[in-house]
Amino acid sequence: MPTRRIRWGWVAVAALPALFLTYFFAYPLGRILSLGLSEMSIGSTGLQSRLVSVGWFTLWQATLSTVLTFIFAAPMTWAVGRYEFRGRKLAMALVTVPFVLPTVVVGTAFVALGWRESIGAILAAHVFFNVAVVVRTVGSQWRRLDPDLLNAAATLGASPLEVMRRVTLPLLRPSLAAAASIVFLFTFTSFGVILILGGFTFATLEVEIYRQAIVLFDLPLAAALAVIQLVGVSLALYLYSRYQERHSASWELASEDAVPRPAGRARIGVYGSIIGTLAVLAIPLAVLLTRSLGSFDDLFAADLIVGSPVEAIRNSLLTAVAATAIALVIGIMAATFVSHRSGTLSRWFDTTLMLPLGTSAVAIGLGFIVALDWPVDLRASLALVPIAHALVAIPFVVRIVLPTMRSIDPDLRHAAATLGAKPISVWRRVDLPLVSRAALVAAGFSVVISLGEFGATTFVARPNTATIPTLIFRLLSRPGPASFGTAMALSIVLAALTAAVILWVDRFRVGDIGSF
Amino acid sequence: MRKLTTALLTTALLIAGCGNDTGETPETLRLVAHDSFADAVTDETFRAFTEETGIEVEVLAAGDAGSMVTQAVLTAGNPTADVMFGVDDTFLSRALDGDIFTEHTSALIDTVPDSLKLGPENLVTPIDFGDVCLNYDKEWFASTQIHVPTKLDDLRSDVYAGALVVEHPATSSPGLAFMLATIDEFGEDGWLDFWEDLRDKGVEVVPDWTTAYYEDFTRYGGDRSMVVSYASSPPAEVIFAEEPLDAAPTGVIEAGCYRQVEFAGVLDGTEYPEAAGDLIDFMLSVPFQETIPINWFVFPANSEAELPQEFVEHTVIPDDPTQLDPQYIADNREAWIQQWADLMEG
Repeated sequence: MPTRRIRWGWVAVAALPALFLTYFFAYPLGRILSLGLSEMSIGSTGLQSRLVSVGWFTLWQATLSTVLTFIFAAPMTWAVGRYEFRGRKLAMALVTVPFVLPTVVVGTAFVALGWRESIGAILAAHVFFNVAVVVRTVGSQWRRLDPDLLNAAATLGASPLEVMRRVTLPLLRPSLAAAASIVFLFTFTSFGVILILGGFTFATLEVEIYRQAIVLFDLPLAAALAVIQLVGVSLALYLYSRYQERHSASWELASEDAVPRPAGRARIGVYGSIIGTLAVLAIPLAVLLTRSLGSFDDLFAADLIVGSPVEAIRNSLLTAVAATAIALVIGIMAATFVSHRSGTLSRWFDTTLMLPLGTSAVAIGLGFIVALDWPVDLRASLALVPIAHALVAIPFVVRIVLPTMRSIDPDLRHAAATLGAKPISVWRRVDLPLVSRAALVAAGFSVVISLGEFGATTFVARPNTATIPTLIFRLLSRPGPASFGTAMALSIVLAALTAAVILWVDRFRVGDIGSF
Repeated sequence: MRKLTTALLTTALLIAGCGNDTGETPETLRLVAHDSFADAVTDETFRAFTEETGIEVEVLAAGDAGSMVTQAVLTAGNPTADVMFGVDDTFLSRALDGDIFTEHTSALIDTVPDSLKLGPENLVTPIDFGDVCLNYDKEWFASTQIHVPTKLDDLRSDVYAGALVVEHPATSSPGLAFMLATIDEFGEDGWLDFWEDLRDKGVEVVPDWTTAYYEDFTRYGGDRSMVVSYASSPPAEVIFAEEPLDAAPTGVIEAGCYRQVEFAGVLDGTEYPEAAGDLIDFMLSVPFQETIPINWFVFPANSEAELPQEFVEHTVIPDDPTQLDPQYIADNREAWIQQWADLMEG
């Protein structure tokens, strides 16, 4: 075997993601943390007790939020993962809508519903925002499970519950773990939800970092908190990555055409789950809708002084396309490397790819400003916005694509190689077609992340091009019934746009995937 | 006549600045500002400046005022922009301590009232000011026949129990301003007693202005007839009304207002200090100053600028608003917020 040549190929595959993450993540973060820590004086008073309480709250609310999100998402995930039915794609698009809505908009809806300043409101909002992560990540893998395996177990006398517990769940473990890790990281670093629905009483590490760095300008303390957050996240991710590596088995991916239609009681269960889940998610949206009535005309009125919604929609879409392209290229290259190589290096690489999700947005934002003036001054460049969005999206791409890649039977690749295919054409002919479905799911997520992203980029000086979330904030910050109504109307437009994008992405079925 | 003179002077200065052969003329100047300024910038905002000087203005949005100043301090001497706008009196001393500005004294500085000059004139130029004031719902007060309070001390009365909503000073800029107003009014010895009374009378605390105004204020269906907002909120109610209004539905309580002043400065390390100074002078000139109220809902610092009709009719500019020394604020803010939070949340 020409091992030498293959290894150099892997170096090339790993190089681009590694360079990207080093320059846009590790280097800025390192600069800002060392700047903060170099001024650190040991023994700040009262710090430790504050740290313990903030750290503990961050950990338990993230854990609880993740568990609750899974419980709430379970029925719908089962329905879309197990069955094919009319309206499934629409349901998948609709469940994604909460994920993009700006925190402040959802916050006002929750407050209007009487949920305010309580841990209950925080948890409910976290579930609301993250249901889509579970449904889409787990549901898409479920559909590719070989139905023969499940049927065989049933034929052998296993009850439906036993099939679920002993066959389905173990096979789904990679995507369950992936979804859990993403939801956990999102809620672990939660910022806007905590500020708006938690008042001052509840603070996560991220909120405390913001408070120390921006409000009180105590950079050393903020840097110390960011390091603690980073260490905690790294540890959790390392354990997760070991777990995932150990528990992912290769199995044959089935064609989605084999997914059955529900009949009898299953039919009631499917539609009950879908309608029930969407109805609950629709409650806050209904509040927005009633408040936006009558304001849709204003949206496209020429004299809206805060900027053109049409232009904001265009800017948002362009940014989303750029961010998605970056995230797919970097994410798929990285996932290819991780899935083909085992061992410490690959594991660390895998962990590092997830880190941006679990790292303080305040720290990364300030890091950009301090570090990215070399070799070219990118600090105020338009490119920084999609790059920041891509940093958030890459972990999604990797987490969604990796389970599928790992599950590709190596025999397929070996067969292709034995038949004389070069590594690159093995990848193109074997891996790519199998992965493209997962890549599409990932692309959908990247677009949606970019459309709704507000947090990470607010700590960077960026060229003033209005996007939809920016315009919503602008409208919400001035008095007058017309402004408020228009902001709500624009939120509905954002929701509709999200649903449309997801429906459009879901239409693509690249080549004849699955029919092998 | 004075207005005309100023306009001519401005033009002359701009032309002089542009033709000066010691300073380079850039194609583009970068202006870094907080989001709420940047978000309302349109192609029109700096068109007159570009026509006069040939210099384009690129606006960078840098988050809230605190984020912007933090970023500037971290990049002192190697700035991301040429001019900064929007540092207010509560963040001014941090900016000055961080040595982020280089010298520029505006040619129009004499048009600015002394009360707005809270920082060194050769480093920071006041551009606008806004008053954070209690707003009240006229309809509610008319229907209940309760008198509108005339001083902060009145709020201790049972009559106003459960009538007020305020923003948290740690998460909201008007919330911080109102807290500072109470410190000025009751002194360091008395302000916490005042808040303790408000707490016992059921004051509502919310994280941000949007929640306070749109969720709790009776004008929008809430149950609080008084809210910490701005002196410019009543004219905004008229300008953004769904049906044309003759009178503002809300009013301003003149007592206990806090005046926030926003400054601009040339960032140290810019390649184009002269052009950057010209941009600041442009922002202080009457034509630009007169666009400030309608775009940003704050008031011009140049006393020669005239207010739009809606503002003349529907707002009051308090005669004697509270202002505290920026250094005094910087030294005590953290402790004050902590004391306030301990009291109100404890």
